[in-house]
Amino acid sequence: MQQKLRHNVQQLIDMEHIVIIGNGIAGITAARHIRKLSDKKITIVSNETDFFFSRTALMYVYMGHMKFEHIQPYENWFWKKNRIDLVKGYVTNVDHTNKNLIFTEGEKIGYDKLIIATGSKPNKFGWPGQDLKGVQGLYSKQDLDLLEKNAPNNKVCKRAVIVGGGLIGIEMAEMLRSRNIPVTFLVRETSFWNGVLPDGESQMLNEHILEHHIDLRLETNLKEILSDENGHAKAVITDTGDTIECNVVGLTPGVSPNIDFLKESGIELGRGVKVNRYLETNIKDIYAIGDCAEQHESIGNRRPIEAVWYTGRMMGEALAQTICGNRMQYNPGHWFNSAKFLDIEYQTYGWVFSSQGKKKYEAHFHWRHPEEKICVTIAYQKDDRKFLGINTFGIRLRHEIFDRWLTEERSIDYVMEHLKDANFDPEFFADYENDIISKYNSDFATDITPRKKSWKRILNL
Amino acid sequence: MSTSSNNMALTGEPPKALNVQQKLATLLGMSGLGILVLALFNIDFPNKGLWLTISLVAISFGVIWFSWASYAHKHKGIKNDGVWFKSISSHGLWGWLSGIALTGFYIVLYFYPQYLGLVKDGDNQGVIALFDPLSKLLSGNPASQWFVYGTLYTVAILAFGIKFIWKYRHNTYEKIRTISVMFFQTAFAFLIPEIMARLNGDLPYYDFKNIWPLNYYNFEKYRITAFIDAGDIGLAMLIFGILSIFVITPILTYKFGKRWYCSWVCGCGGLAETAGDSFRHLSDKRLFAWNVERWVIHSVVVFVTLMTTAVVYSYLGNDSSKYWLTKSTFLIGVASILTAVFAWVMIYKREQLQKDAQYGAIGYFVIIAALLGFHFFSGDGNIFLFKAETLRKTYAFLIGAVFSGVIGVGLYPIFGNRVWCRFGCPMAAILGFQQKLFSKFRITTNGGQCISCGNCSTYCEQGIDVRAYAQKGENIVRSSCVGCGICSAVCPRGVLKLENGPLEGRINPTEVLLGNDVDLMDLVNKK
Repeated sequence: MQQKLRHNVQQLIDMEHIVIIGNGIAGITAARHIRKLSDKKITIVSNETDFFFSRTALMYVYMGHMKFEHIQPYENWFWKKNRIDLVKGYVTNVDHTNKNLIFTEGEKIGYDKLIIATGSKPNKFGWPGQDLKGVQGLYSKQDLDLLEKNAPNNKVCKRAVIVGGGLIGIEMAEMLRSRNIPVTFLVRETSFWNGVLPDGESQMLNEHILEHHIDLRLETNLKEILSDENGHAKAVITDTGDTIECNVVGLTPGVSPNIDFLKESGIELGRGVKVNRYLETNIKDIYAIGDCAEQHESIGNRRPIEAVWYTGRMMGEALAQTICGNRMQYNPGHWFNSAKFLDIEYQTYGWVFSSQGKKKYEAHFHWRHPEEKICVTIAYQKDDRKFLGINTFGIRLRHEIFDRWLTEERSIDYVMEHLKDANFDPEFFADYENDIISKYNSDFATDITPRKKSWKRILNL
Repeated sequence: MSTSSNNMALTGEPPKALNVQQKLATLLGMSGLGILVLALFNIDFPNKGLWLTISLVAISFGVIWFSWASYAHKHKGIKNDGVWFKSISSHGLWGWLSGIALTGFYIVLYFYPQYLGLVKDGDNQGVIALFDPLSKLLSGNPASQWFVYGTLYTVAILAFGIKFIWKYRHNTYEKIRTISVMFFQTAFAFLIPEIMARLNGDLPYYDFKNIWPLNYYNFEKYRITAFIDAGDIGLAMLIFGILSIFVITPILTYKFGKRWYCSWVCGCGGLAETAGDSFRHLSDKRLFAWNVERWVIHSVVVFVTLMTTAVVYSYLGNDSSKYWLTKSTFLIGVASILTAVFAWVMIYKREQLQKDAQYGAIGYFVIIAALLGFHFFSGDGNIFLFKAETLRKTYAFLIGAVFSGVIGVGLYPIFGNRVWCRFGCPMAAILGFQQKLFSKFRITTNGGQCISCGNCSTYCEQGIDVRAYAQKGENIVRSSCVGCGICSAVCPRGVLKLENGPLEGRINPTEVLLGNDVDLMDLVNKK
């Protein structure tokens, strides 16, 4: 009898309906892992596209490196085969008392557990003219389609102005330059992305941006966007008093959680959907992951909202465990990230702060190649020389090695000595460890000789 | 997504528009090609040597100038802007026209060489005659259609090789690899055989880098006879041919993966990597294509093994007192080698093959059954109901000509540049088998850095869905990978690295990626 009861309960749990709003990396990862762990009914709702795509790759579609279908990581049959139902529609509200999602036309979908993974939306700071035609951000598939319409070539778009010096801003500049569209790039800071990057790196990127014939204007803010007679942007006015004629204005001053539809829902909101370490909201059976989730308290040096691909993925993995009965905290490992600035690849492991954000205990070692756009910055603790993190431009490094060194709390001297183990550049590439280490030795009056690359150490054999 | 243009210019907008230099370079190259076309229509050029030189120089410099105009003024880095907008590289009109033209050329080359000007028992005409002076200079003999083809093939690898080096000038691996294929084509495929023919006319034509089963004809009777008749040198060549496949190949593949051959040495690979580079993204990435690939390529291996065995079997004798290798010892030998390989795989490498092991077993038993069949049901020169010669001719036609030539190269602009290597080449299949089971080579995935963008999969000429592994943090160990290194080059986040390392830790099925909670990783990987 008891066994039968248990069996029935198990069946009910198996049949639970998990609804995920948002088909980005966070929602999709959660769905995939829930499917791996269980037979629950899974539905993913999105208003953006029919299928999951890699948001970070949108730029390559405009540049002609790939077609849209190529940035979809799974073939279209994948979802049906894995019994993941895809619904296209816009959720206007969540009725948590009846456990229903309400759609634009009033239709409803019931859920047993709800995962909010709605991502971000581009920031707009109330600039005059920010809603004119030709003014846009670059976040969604719709934004991509719009850019194709606004800036198909350099006849229709004679100049574009990009406002906001972050990762999306420079991507958008690269995209437009691929079609020979002149680009003016307004950056609020004194140097590109120097709120995040140390000065040497930021300076190198300034040079690289100019090299690509992008009209970079530092310490310049947007004041107003002017309209032509058809309501289309025709110029911007900056706070330095310049008027720049243009046909497209790219607004890329960061993103914020896409959660306006939840305002009336009773779910606790801050800038994002407030969640605890289990990614649970204040309402039972409702969770939030990815860009739209906001931690009550920061985890380590991380920000409460992290609009990063990897964070979305890791949250999806962790939440899938909780949903499938193994309640688990979101407990991210060592920070890492990567990006590509025009031709320069960037990777980071651990924490390296900019001159503004630098911690009291933190000091830096910096090396830059005399001719090439290659540089490295390593952060360490002043008192005990503990290794804190590394930024690298133009050199690829092994994630696994740095993850291990961070866990083992190695010293910067140890990192230097074993730097060859961490190199991940393709075979036959010039290596720079010897140059880096000789600069290190001369900076710190040390006498470190780099050790030869060892597979035994790399693979922990 | 719409990429429609709002103006009527035929050359399109940037990034697909041609600049003035590129247009002039195209004109130069096309005029060189034009001379060949005129010769094809039997325009009799007075000074053939001169006109041939003009033609080949114009073609080469046209390509090189075009590349210079494409890349010289740009920063070093990935040059894929507009690839999917250009008609030639996105199944547009130019793509189809060039595909049809190339295919037509191959059909004429293989089946109607008389239209190129080949005359039996007489002086060459047409375009082949134009190549006579060069051929006489090298080997002393008049040109054949194969000499014309070989010359153009070499010119293509050299000129487009320079283009490729320019395009990837930031990437040392690509540069060295390309210099290698340019060298092997020019020296081993083009010059050495011709010079050898001049030095010793009795030696069979031998491109030393062509290994059985790619040169499926290597052990045919006329070649064996010629090798043996040519004395010590001939015998050495024959032994080299046998060692190549049974000793040299496995060792090199163990150390470096099959790339040492497929993208560093092989002529088919050489053309694919240079002239075919602009079409690499057209390979089919669907799971369906992978399934087709495995069936087709392994069937070709079975076919070539049986065909070669049958051919050798057919000319061996029965009397061991005349020659130690008789029909029956040969069959027993072949069966033993296959059994040894099969047993080794089944005992030691079973888990790595998983479901494929069944298919391998099927293939093995088909061959063994056929070998037994040879023995019991073969009459004079007959294998079952076929003559060995029929089997050989069928293979030569279907695989040697239609698959590797007409489809393999002719359809570059339609199916991508490695159709032959991926679906048809038995050599690639055997090397791939070695690479999968017994090699230090892998493409390492860099922890959790993948953003699933799809550049790697898109630009994989072998149609491998590289991203499917990278986004899970898994290393890529695939038999079809030729190690061209482009996935690693186009990756914007530094996720992929081709490398040779210890066998331990080569395959790493990781479900949860680095960067996450360590306990969660352990937990999920346990399942």
